[in-house]
Amino acid sequence: MTEFRSPDQEMLRFRRRVGVALVFVLSCFALLAGRFYYLQVERHEYFHTRAEDNRIALLPVVPNRGNIVDRNGKLLARNYAAYTLEINPSQVRRLDETIDALSTIIDIQPRDRARFRKILEESRNFESVPIRTRLTDTEVARFVAERYRFPGVEVQARLFRDYPLGAVASHVIGYIGRINDRDLQRIDERGETANYRGTDHIGKAGLELSYEAELHGITGFEQVEVNAGGRAVRLLHRQPALPGNDLELTLDVELQQVAERAFGARRGALVAIEPDTGGVLALVSMPTFDPNAFVDGISPAEWRALNDSPDLPLLNRAIYSAYPPGSTFKPFMALAGLAAGKRTIEQRVPDPGYFIYGGHRFMDHKARGSVDLHQSIVVSSNTYYYQLANDLGIDAIASFMRQFGFGERTGIDVPGEAEGVLPSPEWKRARFRKPEQQRWYGGETISVGIGQGYNAYTPLQLAHAVATLANGGRVFRPHLVRHVVDARNGTRRAVETEPIRQIKLDPKHLAAVRRAMVDVNKSGTGARAFAGAPYEVGGKTGTAQVFSLRGQRYEEGKVAERLRDHSLFIAFAPAEAPTIALAVLVENGGFGSQSAAPIARQVIDYYLLGRKPDQPAPEDAAGAESQ
Amino acid sequence: MTAQRFHPANLIRALVRPLDPVLLVIVLTLLAASYLLMMSASPEREQALLVNAAVALAAMWTAARLPPQRLLTLALPLYLLGVLLLIGVAAFGEISKGAQRWLDLGVTRIQPSELMKIAMPLMLAWYFQQREGVANLKTFIVAGVLLAVPVGLIVTQPDLGTSLLVAAAGLYVIYFAGLPWRLIVPAVLAGVLGMGAIVAFGDQLCQPEVDWFGMREYQKQRVCTLLDPTRDPLGKGFHIIQSTIAIGSGGVFGKGWMNGTQTHLAFIPERHTDFIFSVLAEEFGFAGALALLAVYILLLVRGYQIALRAPSLATRLLAGAITTIFFTYAFVNMGMVSGILPVVGVPLPFISYGGTALVTLCLGVGILMSIHRHRVSTAD
Repeated sequence: MTEFRSPDQEMLRFRRRVGVALVFVLSCFALLAGRFYYLQVERHEYFHTRAEDNRIALLPVVPNRGNIVDRNGKLLARNYAAYTLEINPSQVRRLDETIDALSTIIDIQPRDRARFRKILEESRNFESVPIRTRLTDTEVARFVAERYRFPGVEVQARLFRDYPLGAVASHVIGYIGRINDRDLQRIDERGETANYRGTDHIGKAGLELSYEAELHGITGFEQVEVNAGGRAVRLLHRQPALPGNDLELTLDVELQQVAERAFGARRGALVAIEPDTGGVLALVSMPTFDPNAFVDGISPAEWRALNDSPDLPLLNRAIYSAYPPGSTFKPFMALAGLAAGKRTIEQRVPDPGYFIYGGHRFMDHKARGSVDLHQSIVVSSNTYYYQLANDLGIDAIASFMRQFGFGERTGIDVPGEAEGVLPSPEWKRARFRKPEQQRWYGGETISVGIGQGYNAYTPLQLAHAVATLANGGRVFRPHLVRHVVDARNGTRRAVETEPIRQIKLDPKHLAAVRRAMVDVNKSGTGARAFAGAPYEVGGKTGTAQVFSLRGQRYEEGKVAERLRDHSLFIAFAPAEAPTIALAVLVENGGFGSQSAAPIARQVIDYYLLGRKPDQPAPEDAAGAESQ
Repeated sequence: MTAQRFHPANLIRALVRPLDPVLLVIVLTLLAASYLLMMSASPEREQALLVNAAVALAAMWTAARLPPQRLLTLALPLYLLGVLLLIGVAAFGEISKGAQRWLDLGVTRIQPSELMKIAMPLMLAWYFQQREGVANLKTFIVAGVLLAVPVGLIVTQPDLGTSLLVAAAGLYVIYFAGLPWRLIVPAVLAGVLGMGAIVAFGDQLCQPEVDWFGMREYQKQRVCTLLDPTRDPLGKGFHIIQSTIAIGSGGVFGKGWMNGTQTHLAFIPERHTDFIFSVLAEEFGFAGALALLAVYILLLVRGYQIALRAPSLATRLLAGAITTIFFTYAFVNMGMVSGILPVVGVPLPFISYGGTALVTLCLGVGILMSIHRHRVSTAD
């Protein structure tokens, strides 16, 4: 097989090969030259014409954005058609004169002009730019009659986004707005530039943002033949747009409305979850705002009002703000103690009304002689949990709580979730810079045990943990979208419903803690709020201390209110087979029993009994219990 | 004697000595054309283009000064380094625009597939030199494996254009080394027939209800757009339709420098990079396009001439392969912009904006120059 060749033979062959390569290379270039001749000489006339009126040969057909409906099919976001007056800047010589002339027949305000200028700067080539949106029928008629005077100006029927329920659930639904440079860059990175040709709105917040890819759809196009004046004379080809998919939520908007109304003028958050699926039934952040204001480009004054309000209406407290859980942490601490074998259900521990650690006296509001696990939850004993935390140690607490999702993002399908803080020595080392601040002190474990100290969780995390407690330890990813409904054939694609993990818990332990939580609402701190309820409900009140003003402005008169503790309440109902689990937080609402529990009562009443309250939940007179 | 060495003219002579004047004039002509076109298409990039050109010329000069034997001793280490880096990209690469091509070294991000464009032909030329005179099947099989490993790694990134160029570079060496025609002819035939079949039955295969086993919907879409740009007229197909219009509307003598309406009205989305040829064809017409082809032909003829006079088997193979690679860049790019080849990311040699490609190409020219300096007399 092996051949040996002389150098001469070798050289000869190489020359032949170079010769063949040269022939090949030259024939390929000849092919190119032929192609150039064909394009530039033979068909020059055709391409010359194409180049002349190229710019209107291909028109994108913008797809209809998908609707968003709640679990009962109630519309939360939809589209409606309205007329807009649009100017194609490449066809209008003197813009200002044209706009002046237009304003004699159509009402054009200075702010319309300002917005037009702004959009013009950001717009892509040869796009028509709206100068007035939502024309009345009379205005349309007046313009059409005088259209001949305005070449390059047209009335277009366009689809607008509308949020029929206004401010209801606006933190969940979010809103769309005009595409800006940053959005364009993101679109480009996703390789979607072509699909957004002609589209001028994009999801900016909430589900409108996180499900943008589903909602937007696929852009179609029209190939039209145009005359020298730039008017389309014949449709050559049309590829219809594929509308975006609809979203069907797990949210029950009636329940959401009941919950929002229950807050009245108070600030806070509520998250209700269906324990068996992880579906979010209500996600409230108060105060809220009207997303319709954003669709057309929000005016600077409106924006300032929203952005500068001390009540921070744009802040999604339910998923972004983290608060100490206070005593709502105790049922989980109790489970941790039982699971670790540090406590038994029956065991009584002495309760002198305080706990001494390292020479420091951790106080409770009452001395009870001794308490067992059941009582410790019902009366919210601090002493019991000081001791338990000390016996467990911070590492055991952190690793148990992590299973319930405390201190980590739940992965909910709306953007902007915060992580919260599950304190541990590692966390402290990473959090602080100075060595003396990095050390974990034993006394810090004691305050963690009653849900104070560095503990900070979002209302969503708290609701998520309660849902997990209520369903026996199955951890679901909380989600707001139940089905994505395919626009083409109406098939419904379910969003995952399988648990992501199962926490190992002894059913006896769970039962004991839940029983105690039921008694919280019968004879304990929640008894007043749930007096006369025809169902059994498990719950726990909590109070989160407000340590500082956190950079907010000092205003006489408001300070006292802003320094009040946050009021917390967690619950699940009906107790024997829970279909709803929730967490309520009222900022500066005082004790948990005082303002959070009455809100929970209204929400659960509506969910289980269909009873709609006609006014916000009342505030209880400051209860005797402090936790 | 020492005094003479400080004379500036001597310094310039010393700097220019390693450079082959023919190749130098060709490269400078192309770079000048690139600059003119950039002034028209994308003036804000002029400055960057000059910097790129300076770096590339420095790279060319460095390569031209290295004797061919020294270059060949680098073959194995460069090749191994390239393969290692490609594995690194597969394992830890940064994902940019959906493809994994970059390796972040903290200080700088590098694209190892670019290194492979030089290392691949160098390695194979070195390998055939080791096996000089022995032309059996085993030699070619080993060469094939040496080629397949990096190409496979680049394909998975995925980077179709670069893997095609690296594969071509290696195949050219193997071709010049004397791969028997009875292997080449059937392979080329099969390739042509396969492509022909896909083009002929593309319409049926691209119907929405046809499921391409093993391929995702978007991958299928991408292949189908390659076959028929009008399928996606607002996206990838848009470029090709618009650049064909630009070329065609240029006519015989073009619309004149800076007067291309197609390109100036931003219908060509990437006019400064891979689609720069459409600017030339629109503004300088058929005459300009032919002139460019002529300059490229000069480059190729000079390259093959150098290959024929090269001092050793390895340098012959290397010079032949590098020259043919120049052709491949030029042909694939112009073919794609004028709509006879599918759209893959291949720059127009010495003209497209893009620093990395320019440096690689100039390194290639530098290697040709080095081989030319050490040529043997062909007076046999």
